[in-house]
Formats: sequence, C-alpha cells, structure tokens
Amino acid sequence: MQELTTTRHNLHIDPSMTVWGWEIPVYLFIGGMVAGMMIISGYFLFSNRYKETNCACYTLPIISLILLSVGMSALFLDLEHKLFVWRLYTTFKIASPMSWGAWILILVYPIIIANLLMGPPKFLINKFPKISLVTTYINQHPRLIQNIGVANMLLGGLLGVYTGILLSTMAARPLWNSSMLWVLFLVSGLSTAAAFVHMIAKNVKERELLAKADNGFLTIEIFVIALMIIGLLTSTKVHIHAAELLLSGAYAPVFWVFVVGNGIIIPLIIQLLAVNHKIKHTPIAPIMVIIGGLILRFVIVSAGQHSHWLNAHFK
Amino acid sequence: MARFGMVIDTKKCVGCMDCVVACKTENNVPEGYNRDWIVTVSNGKFPDIHLEIQSQRCNHCDNTPCVSCCPTGASHVEEFGKIVLVTHNMCIGCKACVAACPYDARFVNPEGYADKCTFCMHRVEKGELPACVSVCPTHCMYFGDLDDPNSEVSKLIASRKNHTLIPEAGTSPRIYYLT
Repeated sequence: MQELTTTRHNLHIDPSMTVWGWEIPVYLFIGGMVAGMMIISGYFLFSNRYKETNCACYTLPIISLILLSVGMSALFLDLEHKLFVWRLYTTFKIASPMSWGAWILILVYPIIIANLLMGPPKFLINKFPKISLVTTYINQHPRLIQNIGVANMLLGGLLGVYTGILLSTMAARPLWNSSMLWVLFLVSGLSTAAAFVHMIAKNVKERELLAKADNGFLTIEIFVIALMIIGLLTSTKVHIHAAELLLSGAYAPVFWVFVVGNGIIIPLIIQLLAVNHKIKHTPIAPIMVIIGGLILRFVIVSAGQHSHWLNAHFK
Repeated sequence: MARFGMVIDTKKCVGCMDCVVACKTENNVPEGYNRDWIVTVSNGKFPDIHLEIQSQRCNHCDNTPCVSCCPTGASHVEEFGKIVLVTHNMCIGCKACVAACPYDARFVNPEGYADKCTFCMHRVEKGELPACVSVCPTHCMYFGDLDDPNSEVSKLIASRKNHTLIPEAGTSPRIYYLT
C-alpha cells in the first residue's frame, strides 16, 4: 500500500491544479483560430486570389482584429496582478514562451491591419477618408500585396505554434509535455479558421476550396491526436497516466464525444459528402468543428493541470 | 557565492507542524495558504510499514522551470545564495510559474502575485536561520551552503542515505531528505 497525506490545501493548487480557468482555453482557441485566418487570408493574397470577387481576404482581417481583441481581453482577465500587465513589454525573455507570445501579439496587429487596409470596410472609410489613399497605394503595388500575404502567413504560423508551445514547455504537466501539442493546436486553429471561412464565404469556389482544406486539416488532426497519445503512452509512467486521463479517465467522455466525435469525425463525414455534391453545404459541420476546437482547448488545459509527477514520487 | 540548500532528517521529524506555523507567522502568509507543509508518505503492508514525514516547500531548484517560463523576469534566481524569488511588483499574475512547478510549491497570493518559500532570505542575510529551521523542536532541519564541502548540510548529504523529491522531473532540487 502507498498512501500520501498532506497538510497543504492552497487554493487552486490542491487537490489538483485549477489555476487556469475559462480564460486561457478561450484565449488559446481564439489565438489559434485567428492564426488560421491569417494563414488563409495570407494565402489568398499571395496566390492572387484576392482579385476574385467577394474574396474572404477582405472580411477576415476585421473579424480577426475583433476576435484577437476578445482573446487578449480573456488573457487580461486571467491575470491576477492586472495593473502590472505593462511589465510584459519592458523586457523580452528568450526562454519564456509567454514573453514570445506577448511580442508576437504586438506584431500580429499591424500585419492584420495591413491586410485590412487593402479593402477597409465602408464605415472605416467614412470615418477616416484618408485611409483610401493607403488603400489605393497598396492596390497599385501587387508585390506589396504578396508581401503582406507572406507576413500574414508567417505571423499567423508563429501565433498558432506559440499557443501550443506555451503549454508544451511545461514539463511539470506531463499531458502538455508533448512535442506534438503545437502541431495539434496549429492544425486545430487552421481547421477552425477554414470552417469559419467555409461558413461565411460568399464566393462559391472559395467555399468549396475551404471545405476541402478543412477536410484535410481534420484528417491531419486525427493523426496528430493519435501520435500525441502514442507518444505519451510510450513514455514514462507519469506520461502514461496523463494519456489515460484522455483515454479512459475523467476527461475521456468529453474528449471522445465532443472533440473527436462531434468536433472532427462527424463534420468530416458531412463535409466529405458536401464536397462530393451528395448533400448541400450547410453551417452545421463548420459550427461543429469550431465548437470542437474550443472544447479541445478546455480539455487540454484542464486535464493538463490535473496531470502531475506525483505518481512518480511513490517509490 | 553560496548555494543554499536544506537537509531534513526524516528519522527525527515528528510532523509537529512547528515549521508550518513559524513560516506563516514570520512571513505573514495569508490565511488558507501555506509556503511549507507536512507530507506523510506511508509505504508497505501491516506490520511492514515504512513511514516518512517530510516538511516540504519550494525546492529552490538548480534548474528552475518557474524562472525560465516567467515572461517578465519577476521570478528569478537571486545572486545571494542562489535563492529562487519573486519580485512582487514585477509579477503580472499569469500563473505560468505556478503551473511549471512539478512540486506545486507556488500559489497566487490574494494580492495577485506568485508566492512561495524564500528560504527566509531576510533572516539569512542577517546571519540567521530560516524561521522553519530555527523553531524545529527535534532539530531535524539543517540549512547551509551546498557548495561548501565543510558545511553541515554537505557533510550530512555525503554521510547519510538521502533523496530529493521527484528527481525525475530534472529540476535538481536543493532540499534533501535523510532516510
């Protein structure tokens, strides 16, 4: 028999860690989705698809800006020492993924704004008429548009990767300590963004393209989840315990039903039928993908905090 | 420069929690929180039972995941004794260090900053022992420079069977438990 008793009962630490509530999963989800939108929009600019009517690259920047601001507000709400938030920008800590993230977010805004200025919404032009001068200048320089596209893809990629690395560098939480986590969050971000564009796209070709791309991302996501779990199962005892949280533990029902089932497999089947013209495109599958992506972040953040090294402590 | 560490003799510790009370009093630790605590590990089956009582706290590790993840530099290794500390007015309360600690030794102070054991640096700087060590009625706790081979802690580590907590986590903790 092995028994461990402790007199410690610190709030949000014991009996298992819950220091990160809803704010961080929401932030990671939105960050991933915005990253995906930037990559998609950047691709449209780079591949000259922006010349097509109703290209999503004109609507995505304003949506990205709004979503990113919501995500950063969630991150701000999570801080316990809010008045000191400016400290993030008085230094750069190379070993801290959170420091990288803070600076990446600062760089992301101007890049999205550059994309936005290509075709700003009417209310912006009405309020700031001089914007149209910048818009004209950008649209007269196709190479500049391509460069804005590349910058969007690059920064979007960095943002998506960072949301996963933020957690995976924490070796103290065995479930997060997987080199596959950033791939999972990046692919999930791309998949939710593709689902979103699929849902809002006015251009029929674009909708088809995004549905096909989303099917690709969802398929890759299944393999990445499988590889991440295999990686944990073939590692140390504590990592195996961490994998079991998702496979058969407390988080298994939510993970398999809402993330894998409703968030990946069912929408994948629906979208495969849609792209093969067996059924019509509907918002059902994209909504399921987006909800699945959100629940994935909740499950990973919550289960990761629950996973710990204590099992290894028992001799 | 010294590299402070602690040695705790589990053969002498009776789990009286004097160290816990001393820490709370000395450092004004808020109600409901602890910077140090007592863990009782029982192994075996009656009548073959092994009991080990451990006074636990931040391990002031040599390899500090809590410091490397800090985005502002609030969490840092102090030059004096290589003590791991948090500068309160630099901490934004992001809780990354709390999640990064395999010992769950940190918590968020109700005032918003990450809080933990400081090895009572304010006392050690004056040549005194940390509060927990100074009050221990069984004298089971020892504090000193691990880099000095003639220090009491170094001699105990060299002469007695000992272990650290969760060495597998790779943090090189500086609190040793004599068994």
